[in-house]
Amino acid sequence: MNARVVAIAALAAFLFGLVVATFSETRVFLPALLQGALVTIQVAVFSFLLMMASAFVAGAGKLSAIGPVRWIAIGYIEIFRGTSLLVQLFWFYFVMPEFGVTLPAMVAGVLGVGLNFGAYGAEIVRGAITAVPRGQLEAATALNMAPFKRLVRIVIPQAAIVMIPPMGNLTIEMVKATSVVSAVTLVDITYASVQQNQIHYRTIEIFMVTLALYYCFSQLIRFSMGMLEERASRHLARGH
Amino acid sequence: MDWDWQFTFDVVLPRLLPVVPITIQATVLSFLLALALGLGLMLLRTSSSRLVSIPAGEVIEFIRGTPLLVQLFFLFFLLPEVGIVLPPLTTGILGLGIYNSALCAEVFRAGILAVPAGQWEAAKALNLSAYRTYRDIIIPQSLPPIVPALGNYLIGIFKETPLLSFLAVAELMHASKLIGSEYYRFTEAVTIAGAFFLIMSLVAAGLVRLAEFYVRKRILH
Repeated sequence: MNARVVAIAALAAFLFGLVVATFSETRVFLPALLQGALVTIQVAVFSFLLMMASAFVAGAGKLSAIGPVRWIAIGYIEIFRGTSLLVQLFWFYFVMPEFGVTLPAMVAGVLGVGLNFGAYGAEIVRGAITAVPRGQLEAATALNMAPFKRLVRIVIPQAAIVMIPPMGNLTIEMVKATSVVSAVTLVDITYASVQQNQIHYRTIEIFMVTLALYYCFSQLIRFSMGMLEERASRHLARGH
Repeated sequence: MDWDWQFTFDVVLPRLLPVVPITIQATVLSFLLALALGLGLMLLRTSSSRLVSIPAGEVIEFIRGTPLLVQLFFLFFLLPEVGIVLPPLTTGILGLGIYNSALCAEVFRAGILAVPAGQWEAAKALNLSAYRTYRDIIIPQSLPPIVPALGNYLIGIFKETPLLSFLAVAELMHASKLIGSEYYRFTEAVTIAGAFFLIMSLVAAGLVRLAEFYVRKRILH
């Protein structure tokens, strides 16, 4: 049933795109917008990878028994959640060079978005790991599993099911947040639409296309996360 | 390059402190707007007529599925074209309020739905009016899940106000951008702005926790 919804949505999106692309007015600004969309997708994909990595490291770090590891994780989470994403982007791009670290715009943008959302993701990871019943850990210990094997085979598969829905929402938030990367001189779809609007003055058409593209991105993530969730919980016992 | 305290005290702080009230004003006004619009959207969304509730749901979904910054730019360029000329700050507050109203509507809906059906039935059995049902039965019970969520959105709006700097609203981030481009020193201005946001959101998080405690203690007993 899910596959049918996706197929219909894809067909509708294709037809919509065909209609938009054939209007002579959109032909003027559409190439620039799509070029911007490519930058947005690039930033989103790399930020997603960084977000997942830092979420897992910081989330597990916050549960660590070793004091300093825990403090560093808590410090990272609080600082990156407390200050604004835009402030962090500025910091990476304009302040770091004064300390001798010059980053390309793309790297600064990915670092800012990825680390900011990684801090939110860390709380999700931490919550999911603590949601695994204690008995599971005790049983694994009783079966003489090594700590690493216990983590990979017992804890993570169970935590993943709890993690997927909130991580999906966070990913949607992250894709939306990539719209601010123009602050570090990247020409993403948002900035491209501002530029095109200043040239062509077709506010409604340009921004409707941009909003529709973002909306498609978020719906795509929602669908794929739904399918991932189904896949991850397939082996679970039913009826309770 | 090192941190320059002289520059911090002589240039950065005297220029950043006066714009703090603008950031706070934008936060509070957009939050109030989001609450009011969110209540309206929630009522439309929970309407018994599907002709009303389905479009309302789609509108909420669309607002939530698109970035705030694009919505801000859209309003910023669209409003003057249709003849509504507003100062940038007002446009920004409008954009922040509309974006967050969709989130608030879902919070309100979840809170109302969380009240057990038996409570509605009991209120009906006791012949309470709709007004009294809401005032004395439904709203007090739906507050505990609503208050912390709304508090988090208030902090969220506060952290979204730097986006208004894209519309040239003279708020904190815009002021530190200006200092950065005038003196070509971003370190102090951006770090102070970040520290301010960090401190304010920690304080706000504490206040939200207090409000949550108050609701549990005083309203629910």
